[in-house]
Amino acid sequence: MSKEFSFVGKRVPKLDAPGKVTGQTAYGHDMKLPRMLYGKILRSEYAHARILNIDTSKAQALRGVRAVITAEDIPDMRIGWARDHPVLKSGKVRSVRDEIAAVAAVDEDAASEALELIKVEYEELPGVFDPDEAMRPGAPVIHTEAPNNIQEKMRQSYYHGDVEQGFSESDVVIEDHFTLPFVTHCCMGTSFCLADFSPSGDLTVWSSTQMPFLYQRDLSTVLGIPASKIRVIKATIGGAFGSKLDMYPFEPICVSLAQKTGCPVRITFTREEEFVASPTRQPVICDIKSGAKRDGTLTARQVSMILDNGAYSSWGSTTPLVMMVTISSLYRVPNVKYDVAVAYTNNPYSGAMRGYGNPQATFVVESHMDMLAHELGMDPMEFRLKNANQPGDVTGQGVKITTCGLTECIEKAAESVSWKEKRAKPGGRGVGMASLIHVAGGARIYPSDGCGSTVKVDDFGKVTLISGSTDMGQGADTVMAQIVAEELGVPVANVTVVNTDTDITPWDVGAHASRTTFVGGNSARLAAMDAKRQILEGAAENLGEKAEDLDMKEGKIFRKGEPEESIPFEKMVRSKHFRPDGDVILARGWYEPPTERQDKEFRGNISATYGFATQAVEVEVDTQTGEVRVLKIAAAHDVGRAINPMAVEGQIHGGISMGLGYGLYEELVVQEGQVLNPNFADYALPTALDMPEIDTIIIETDDPAGPFGAKGMAEPACIPTAPAIANAVYDAVGVRIKDLPITPEKVLKALKEKKESEEER
Amino acid sequence: MESLRMGLNGEEVTVQVEPDALLIDVLRERLALMGTKEACGEGECGACTVLLDGRPVTSCLVPARKAHGREVLTVEGLASEGQLHPLQKAFIEHGAVQCGYCTPGMLMSAKALLDRNPHPTDEEIREAISGNLCRCTGYVKVVEAIKAASAG
Repeated sequence: MSKEFSFVGKRVPKLDAPGKVTGQTAYGHDMKLPRMLYGKILRSEYAHARILNIDTSKAQALRGVRAVITAEDIPDMRIGWARDHPVLKSGKVRSVRDEIAAVAAVDEDAASEALELIKVEYEELPGVFDPDEAMRPGAPVIHTEAPNNIQEKMRQSYYHGDVEQGFSESDVVIEDHFTLPFVTHCCMGTSFCLADFSPSGDLTVWSSTQMPFLYQRDLSTVLGIPASKIRVIKATIGGAFGSKLDMYPFEPICVSLAQKTGCPVRITFTREEEFVASPTRQPVICDIKSGAKRDGTLTARQVSMILDNGAYSSWGSTTPLVMMVTISSLYRVPNVKYDVAVAYTNNPYSGAMRGYGNPQATFVVESHMDMLAHELGMDPMEFRLKNANQPGDVTGQGVKITTCGLTECIEKAAESVSWKEKRAKPGGRGVGMASLIHVAGGARIYPSDGCGSTVKVDDFGKVTLISGSTDMGQGADTVMAQIVAEELGVPVANVTVVNTDTDITPWDVGAHASRTTFVGGNSARLAAMDAKRQILEGAAENLGEKAEDLDMKEGKIFRKGEPEESIPFEKMVRSKHFRPDGDVILARGWYEPPTERQDKEFRGNISATYGFATQAVEVEVDTQTGEVRVLKIAAAHDVGRAINPMAVEGQIHGGISMGLGYGLYEELVVQEGQVLNPNFADYALPTALDMPEIDTIIIETDDPAGPFGAKGMAEPACIPTAPAIANAVYDAVGVRIKDLPITPEKVLKALKEKKESEEER
Repeated sequence: MESLRMGLNGEEVTVQVEPDALLIDVLRERLALMGTKEACGEGECGACTVLLDGRPVTSCLVPARKAHGREVLTVEGLASEGQLHPLQKAFIEHGAVQCGYCTPGMLMSAKALLDRNPHPTDEEIREAISGNLCRCTGYVKVVEAIKAASAG
């Protein structure tokens, strides 16, 4: 790269790391306020049942209990974008996580004991737990408003070109069926909420949310408290990965308990609650048909999907909109059709999880790309290269591809695993790859996709960035500080970041869609540019120079080209302040990406740029046990520019471990609506021993719209891992697993079926 | 209530506890040492790892009375005389911290490893932290950091 930066592109340690390695950082779980009470929630025993009676009298009478609430005690409020979810349930419950009552008590023991004293009489109803069955006539109805159990607003049909014609012009057409399981985020820090009312009725909520401003609005809507009386502070959280994108019932419940008792109330989930009552990635049932010409040109792709929404609609119900980008636009496909239905079931409801539908869509599309290559007798890498998206492409959906390193990603990842030498060799080892496209310049799913920032420079040269964006542990604050330091020409150590306190920080839509570095970073940069302008204008007046002839670097102001004669910048800040017509340095930046909302036919460019990546893996499959061992993963990611390569690598490593879990280990087992493995002993997260060798390859395409060329990159890391593994398993032993996770049992079964079918021939 | 006397981060402390109190609750709730995190409460994730006489234990499963007359080291006791422990420095410098919720437990498991094996292999490091779950880092930079600290 030709550009020389002082702080961008540097491996700056995370600003929050010292507090975290010493145990000094107070997470939401560690917060206590004077007179604070502990809240707990009683959930349903049944997946689908009528509530006949709730008797809270014994719980109310228990020593230490300050409040017990049921649906009768709060406004009849519904949450979620579809407004289909009562906070506390009356009449009936629709899943085992359903909140029936809540208590606030002086300690956790009293709160737990009180829950046991609440007696609920139920009349069990027949339930429906499979989204396909749920849509059939005669299935038990979950919401009277949706008698066919379909979330109608998400029943979508997209097309470009003409798939029928595309298939008729194809030399090879294949059709397959895929299924994807429930998995869940497993944030190490569980969900929490701490609510406190001031004597004048102002509410402060310390929350684990990753979208404080939408959360403020949501709380206001359901509680009937004016948003102007609500302050949301995102406390330090133990990971989010999408799970904190919605407001959930426990949050207005916590506020209601605080309102009723007049005391601060904190609710912190147990691990079991986190498994059962925080969202999952939505299971998908999918049929896909793909076609290509003999020379490897893709002709058509047709996908139909059914998603398990669970009992209510979270933001996760809208994941088909993200899946659609992959289905329409990953590789050049002239004819595409995509039909999706989101079905209510009596399962716990699914939500947003890292990749937002893209892990599912990419698993299906990239498995099928591999299968198509094999049908054509082509090397899957060459097949992908032939159809790879290129800079300047506008896809059938209207996705405008600007910078695009996909070809380089494919080539570099392949090279790292010695693709040519290792592919299609006997011996139980194999290589596979998968790529992705994902929004990387915001995602316009809301009227504004913007972020606001303020930069304040004090008399001592301390720079404070007050940003709307949210750091969930991923390191956004550090990246923002680097951007501000670079623009202002001051050391990163001089920059402090204040974020996500709705009373202080300007608006931001939330930390989702891998948008924080791109949108928040552009916003911070604009504010820093404004601050620099103010400082240099002040200096110019003092020095009798023109502002445009001055520059700032390393905390010093000098004439351009003459850095040896300089003045400390804080001195100029002070002299601008302490004079009769003085002023302080207070700068602003608002960035709204130049994108558009989709039209009624789902066409439009929702992101200012797109991210690409390819992961290539080498696996070893034990044909006796069926066990798949991943030996190496090469991850080539087009990140535009790595503002902080160490943080970028960290995102890639973490994403890969999540993708590895999705591919091989993880499944939340839900039977008849009950979660059977709500603990880490039975839900297999990858451990340090499961991680393969990882080669992270950062591809920099210097995006003109990004801050210093950066694009969003954090979600993508978890997206292609599972299909790359599935493709490598096929290369190793010739069996195609179309149902995640790829367990030893499934591999053994497939090997047995393969052997039997070969013997029949 | 009974009297629990233990060495804690190099100082002797005495605290009155319920007979069935867990070590993690005594540390967090009675002694306000919030650095030790609880992430599962069932000894499966390692976030609450502390050292008891130098050995890593999941404090969410250890009855507090078991610590009587013994030495407990928590993440707050890792730094000494205002200097961060080499492991803490390495975790910062190598990007081994993201959300940080697993970090205290991870550090304590690593400390126990380096105390008994000052120059572990990557495999020995992975083994030593295999009971500490992390959802953010994929463990790569954690292993790098422990390796770097061991060399120092």
